[in-house]
Amino acid sequence: MVTGTVVQIHTPIGDEILALRAGDRVELSGIVYTARDEAHLRMQKEGIPFDPKGAVIYHCGPVVKDNRIVAAGPTTSSRMNALSGFLFDQGIRALIGKGGMNGTVKEQIRGRGVYFAFTGGCAALAASHMTLKGVHFPDLGMAEAVWVIELNRLPLVVGIDAHGNDIFGAVRENARKIFGADQKTECV
Amino acid sequence: MQCTEPEGLRAAVAKATYSALQEAVICLPPDVKQAIAKTAASETHAVARGEYDNITKNILAAEQLGVPLCQDTGVPVVYITLPPNVPFTDLLFDAVADGIRKATQDIPLRPNVVDPLTRHNSGDNTGIGMPAIHVRPGDRFTVTVLPKGAGAENVSRVVMLLPSQKDKIEEVVLETMLIAEGRPCPPVVLGVGIGGTFDSVTALAKEALLQPIDQMTPFEQQLCDAVNRLGIGPMGLGGSTTALAVKVKTAACHTASLPVAVNVQCWANRHATVEVKW
Repeated sequence: MVTGTVVQIHTPIGDEILALRAGDRVELSGIVYTARDEAHLRMQKEGIPFDPKGAVIYHCGPVVKDNRIVAAGPTTSSRMNALSGFLFDQGIRALIGKGGMNGTVKEQIRGRGVYFAFTGGCAALAASHMTLKGVHFPDLGMAEAVWVIELNRLPLVVGIDAHGNDIFGAVRENARKIFGADQKTECV
Repeated sequence: MQCTEPEGLRAAVAKATYSALQEAVICLPPDVKQAIAKTAASETHAVARGEYDNITKNILAAEQLGVPLCQDTGVPVVYITLPPNVPFTDLLFDAVADGIRKATQDIPLRPNVVDPLTRHNSGDNTGIGMPAIHVRPGDRFTVTVLPKGAGAENVSRVVMLLPSQKDKIEEVVLETMLIAEGRPCPPVVLGVGIGGTFDSVTALAKEALLQPIDQMTPFEQQLCDAVNRLGIGPMGLGGSTTALAVKVKTAACHTASLPVAVNVQCWANRHATVEVKW
């Protein structure tokens, strides 16, 4: 079992997010918006279809049936590495995903928000903490649409904080060192 | 009960495909659950323990609620063993597709299958050449499904080594995880194909994922230990276990070749086999 304190955070998020540190465990409640590759491209072109101030983006393409979230774990965040800057510029304060993001996003997050990691593959657990509230861009299809979801204490960990601490980056550097990194494995 | 009507065969194969998919996406095989439980119990890293806590709760939640473990219900990879009395015709392929369409609608599965260029989604998890179906002769008439998610599939690799580079096999495996980091949802299972040809080595790597993971040969254990020394840990957040197991399958190859493929599989090493009753 996991012990230790868990920080409760509620959306919309304010400056309380800046106090979080990489490795902190958080339970997040309130509205979040799912977005994957296609939704990011659409939002860049047509604008964000909800109030971005203090909002949270969840990298997720859920299974939805009869207006109910059936399964909704995170997707691989690094696919959105080049697509996330405009979100923070417009007031988004946090991303939720899996696998971490690159140095560019770490700098975009700095002083403004955090990247939360939620455990990949844990879609049934996630769904048990969720209520479906609406959808934007339904024409993008089930996986790529922007679903409006209310969270009830979804258990997360801070992967990248507002101060440049990045658990994934530290693990990467360590792994490269162990491998005897000759840098021919350029990570994307 | 032997039914000679082709439609009886089609319905029976569709039903077996549906049942296998339902079992695979909701309930992990016992050896996989056992490996995860063992790994979770031995982890000391605080963040990693939190990840295993979620994974353990998720496995239970999926079974209790009867919903998929992961929203990425994958693309359907299907293996059929065909006894001598069953005709090998297109009907088999159509029947598997029937089962997948029904599973997509009823379980439900996420419609993941798109045209590779237009990206148009068929909505029912079938398309040109999809499902991928592998048929081989056997004593029992079975359908095995391996729903393959994209996170892990996207970081899989094939490398054509030279015959003199046998010692580099371990390096290829390690490099694969070094590049992949947390993206394939570790702790992973690695299917490693060695030998064959450029195309068949990748099929070997995928078939290796169907083997029980509670036992490894000394070579597989050596590869697994080397991967775990990287410290990538669950979800790339650091920890003592990066791979639950490494499974190797080999085939004879050209004297001038040494193909190596690594098919990366997330912790949800989903697969199920159902006997076709007809």
